[in-house]
Amino acid sequence: MKKLSARRRHPLAALVVLLFALAATGGLYAALAPAGEAQADASETSIAVEEGKKLYLVGCATCHGSEGQGTSDGPSLVGVGAAAVDFQVATGRMPLQQPGPQAPEKPVVYTEDQIAQLAAYVASLGPGPAIPAEEEYDPQAGDPAVGGELFRLNCSQCHNFTGQGGALTDGKYAPDLTDVDPRFVYEAMLTGPQAMPAFPDTVLSPENKRDIIAWLDAVNTEKAPNPGGFQLGGYGPVSEGLFAWTFGIGALIAAAVWIGAHTAKAKKS
Amino acid sequence: MSTATDERTTARRGKAPAGERLADWADGRLGVYGAAKYGMRKVFPDHWSFLLGEIALFSFIIVLLTGVYLTLFFVPSMAQVEYHGSYVPMQGQLMSEAYASTLDISFDVRGGLLVRQIHHWGALIFVVAIFIHMMRVFFTGAFRKPREINWLFGFTLFILALFTGLTGYSLPDDLLSGTGIRFMEGAILATPVVGTWIQMLLFGGEFPGHDIIPRFFVIHVLLLPGLLLALVVAHLILIVFHKHTHYAGPGKTNTNVVGMPFFPVYMAKAGGFTFIVFGVITLIAGTVTINPVWTIGPYRPETVSTNAQPDWYLGFSEGLVRMMPGWEIVLFGDYTLNLGLLIPLGVFPAMLVVLMLYPFFESWVTKDTREHHIAQRPRNVPTRTAFGMAWLSAYFVALVAGGNDVWAINFNLSINAITWFCRIGFFVLPVLVFFLTRRICLGLQRRDRDKVLHGRETGIIKRLPHGEFIEVHEPLPPAERYKLTAHEQPRPLSLPPAVDENGVERKVGPLEKLRARLSRGYYGEQAQIPKATAEEYREITSGHGHH
Amino acid sequence: MSSQTEHHNDVSGGPDTPLMKTEQAPATVAEHPFADPGLPEHQPRRQDIDERAAKRSERMVTLLFLTSILATVGFIVAFALIPVDEIVHIWPFGHVSALNFALGLTLGTALFCVGAGAVHWARTLMSDAEVPEERHAVGAPEPVKEDVLTEFRAGVRESGIGLGRRKLMRNTMIGAVGLVPLSGVVLLRDLGPAPGDKLFHTAWAEGVRIVNQNTGEPLRPEDITVGSLVQAAPATIDHHDEDFHAQIAKAAVMLVRIEPEDIKDPRSAEWGHEGILCYSKICTHIGCPATLYEQQTHHALCPCHQSTFDLADGARVLFGPAGHPLPQLRIGKDEEGYLVALADFEQPPGPSFWERG
Repeated sequence: MKKLSARRRHPLAALVVLLFALAATGGLYAALAPAGEAQADASETSIAVEEGKKLYLVGCATCHGSEGQGTSDGPSLVGVGAAAVDFQVATGRMPLQQPGPQAPEKPVVYTEDQIAQLAAYVASLGPGPAIPAEEEYDPQAGDPAVGGELFRLNCSQCHNFTGQGGALTDGKYAPDLTDVDPRFVYEAMLTGPQAMPAFPDTVLSPENKRDIIAWLDAVNTEKAPNPGGFQLGGYGPVSEGLFAWTFGIGALIAAAVWIGAHTAKAKKS
Repeated sequence: MSTATDERTTARRGKAPAGERLADWADGRLGVYGAAKYGMRKVFPDHWSFLLGEIALFSFIIVLLTGVYLTLFFVPSMAQVEYHGSYVPMQGQLMSEAYASTLDISFDVRGGLLVRQIHHWGALIFVVAIFIHMMRVFFTGAFRKPREINWLFGFTLFILALFTGLTGYSLPDDLLSGTGIRFMEGAILATPVVGTWIQMLLFGGEFPGHDIIPRFFVIHVLLLPGLLLALVVAHLILIVFHKHTHYAGPGKTNTNVVGMPFFPVYMAKAGGFTFIVFGVITLIAGTVTINPVWTIGPYRPETVSTNAQPDWYLGFSEGLVRMMPGWEIVLFGDYTLNLGLLIPLGVFPAMLVVLMLYPFFESWVTKDTREHHIAQRPRNVPTRTAFGMAWLSAYFVALVAGGNDVWAINFNLSINAITWFCRIGFFVLPVLVFFLTRRICLGLQRRDRDKVLHGRETGIIKRLPHGEFIEVHEPLPPAERYKLTAHEQPRPLSLPPAVDENGVERKVGPLEKLRARLSRGYYGEQAQIPKATAEEYREITSGHGHH
Repeated sequence: MSSQTEHHNDVSGGPDTPLMKTEQAPATVAEHPFADPGLPEHQPRRQDIDERAAKRSERMVTLLFLTSILATVGFIVAFALIPVDEIVHIWPFGHVSALNFALGLTLGTALFCVGAGAVHWARTLMSDAEVPEERHAVGAPEPVKEDVLTEFRAGVRESGIGLGRRKLMRNTMIGAVGLVPLSGVVLLRDLGPAPGDKLFHTAWAEGVRIVNQNTGEPLRPEDITVGSLVQAAPATIDHHDEDFHAQIAKAAVMLVRIEPEDIKDPRSAEWGHEGILCYSKICTHIGCPATLYEQQTHHALCPCHQSTFDLADGARVLFGPAGHPLPQLRIGKDEEGYLVALADFEQPPGPSFWERG
């Protein structure tokens, strides 16, 4: 103990403490972070082949099987349709970089043409939902009020009231929907990527889907109004409480310190 | 300036000035001169930490004022209506009148949104201020005799504030409110034996029914604010009666209070602070959204949103529930005990009651029956400080658990891992924090002792003739020395010898033994560093002028 | 009871000595290094000795009050001129209501400046001399206490309550006053109905069709694909019903389709229809809809307290505070090919309660 006391004032002590704190934080994070969280990173995977099947054999077949029949590492793609390919590849979720609880959104690897070729190839494996036409997901054509009701019934339990995203079990999550291209929102509902359940047209009609997109457009884009001011992330009472405990009470305590402090004296005693 | 003029006019007309005549009139009926003689020049000590309670008081006032305004527009009814107000993304939706009127306040009443946001921000800050004010009182021992009752009043205010907040949160009937009410319903149903009856009576039938919001409205705007107001007045009367505590310092003793007179200095300072609190909360309300009910949507029992939390002050009870494993037992094959709710709902009040009754526990341990008016420095009472910090750490873990989904999504963590971390942390962390805090307190006491004996480090390095470098220490002025040595260091209770002077065995009850042990925990050698004595000081200062 | 705690305090007359004890003459600093040097002499502020500094303070206070006046005028102007629905983009706050922002800033400034002005005035121009005020013991001195006790005893004697003579009278009074509040308690009875078996029954019954809440249409088995999730309600209740909320709060269900070979609980599979399983979505913990369905793992999570149910295994509880599985609804197909309930829930859905069994 004596030795420790003596060294506490060493100039490097603060640095050592800082390093310990960082290591502890990192360790804690490693312990709490879900296993195998993939890091988004621009992959240099360069694909030279242009035709869908060739692209597929190079980029996808390892996990999904040479005929799209699926392996232990990836589900079957027979019947998933072009919409699923477009969603997964055009948002960068596929190809998967490393196994983890969930494939995160990443920079897109393929060009638009290549994605179209891949989608055409997978669509040929079995009938499945096609890539929606633009008018199907036009937010202007939907009714945001009906969409809001449907959103709260089907979506908000995972994605939060306005689609800020939310946590699922064991490190899986429902992603943030802010400013996501309506096409991908539509395709996600249609195909049910990863943990998300599907909402086929028999369950959620195309008009229903368009209404949901209209709601998201009304409340969760960069240009959507937030009349009350700063949104604090849209997470509800937790972020509001944090704000009250930091800025709110902080400003008032600063005022209290000013009121309680002695006024500067003419000469220092 | 004006007084001089007044005097002149008085002299001219031979009549007292109007103000004085009014005061005379009032005195004849209310005795204002007597009251003013008692109160006008009352001394209030200057310290920022004594203003924390004022933040609570002033935010309470602004919440009352804005609340009255909101009742002019709010319709506490659960009747379903179709919305046709000016917020487009809700057009034609079925919703309760309570929710619709909240949308109207936000979008159709000019300034209504501002008042709503002031009301809600004010409420959050009100409870924050109560909380840190309570911590100040706790850690400085300002709850000791004669202030134990006022501590209880304050604590009751805290609990009433929680429930006022809870009922207010429920009123707009948005998806979050409704989820909160559903939680309450579940909690009531979990109550053994009488749960279903209480639920039916409170809700006027099955959940959600049509009565709960009107009933909560009355509780929120009449019953609880009435109680709060009455207790706030009692709290303030006792403060005036006891006179404020102050920190040890030159001329500040247990038999006086040193500060500035209420009139005019504290009237200006407290009055000014009222407006500052109002102003800061209004500025926040004008720039930061709180509870945007229009995006949260109207409540329907089959819908829900993730990130469903209560306001922060109930976050720790929420966390206690989230940490709980799913235990449920069926008694005699017929009766269900939902322990997944009952245990956390028992721990929640227990944690509060432990803190609420702490002053009585401490006075029992210390057998101290004297009046105390000097606020202590937390380091000088390491065991109490450590206990308080341990309590806070348990509270904090529960608070973290209450937001587990928000942390999980924002920091890419697994919600299950966070929950497990909190489950373990809730038991382990307070123990670690207890011992760590005590050690830190002792370290600070040691530093105080060094400062008294050896003076302040000046940062000036001097080279002695033989080449040694030393830092010049400047002796503390007498006022500082006094401040750092003014606290008392009681010795622990000692049990009387096992046999008395006549050789007869003395009976010592187990409670008495426990008290002696606890007392050692508070005042034993490991719990305080002996402060510098005059002899030590003289020896060091007389021997070698400097060192 | 004499205190066994010994207080060693080597400064006589230290601050924490018992109140109202005979005061010993406090030691001086010369006699004792840690003695109380007494209240320090008041040091003047700049404003006390420099009239220009005082003038500066005065101007500052006046300026603050003037700002407040202007802000109030601004508030009224903003209130009158800015339309209630105008949205403007203000960095960094986003697309905010112009009126709310303007009113908040002007009113906030008006209030803050009044306060800041008053505080600055108090701090710089009013006297900052600290003065002591004597405290007096809170408890009454001994003679006062004696007087009160004597008078109290006299009162007790006069009333006859404490003599042990009129005991019956006293006891009946206590009884009467004690019973009166009972009337108040009884009055509360009609706040609501008796629970009866209300919590045990829902709108589901044999033959009731299962309606997709999104489309409002009854569901057919082929509508539900593997991996999809349907939020559904009984066909017998409607949004416009008076008691819709109370009914849906018990009857709300979710339907999922799981590959038959993935269903681990045979009873659960039997209660479903071609792998379509219909569960109550009201969490058995406190009643939030536990509809965070992960179609790959078949887990349903409750957002309120993270209770996790395995829908492929009879909604067994995997994590969190829920105490028992989500009740499953037995379903089948009617002659027109629509999904129907075959019976009400076997166990009451929703949060646990005492009589649930």
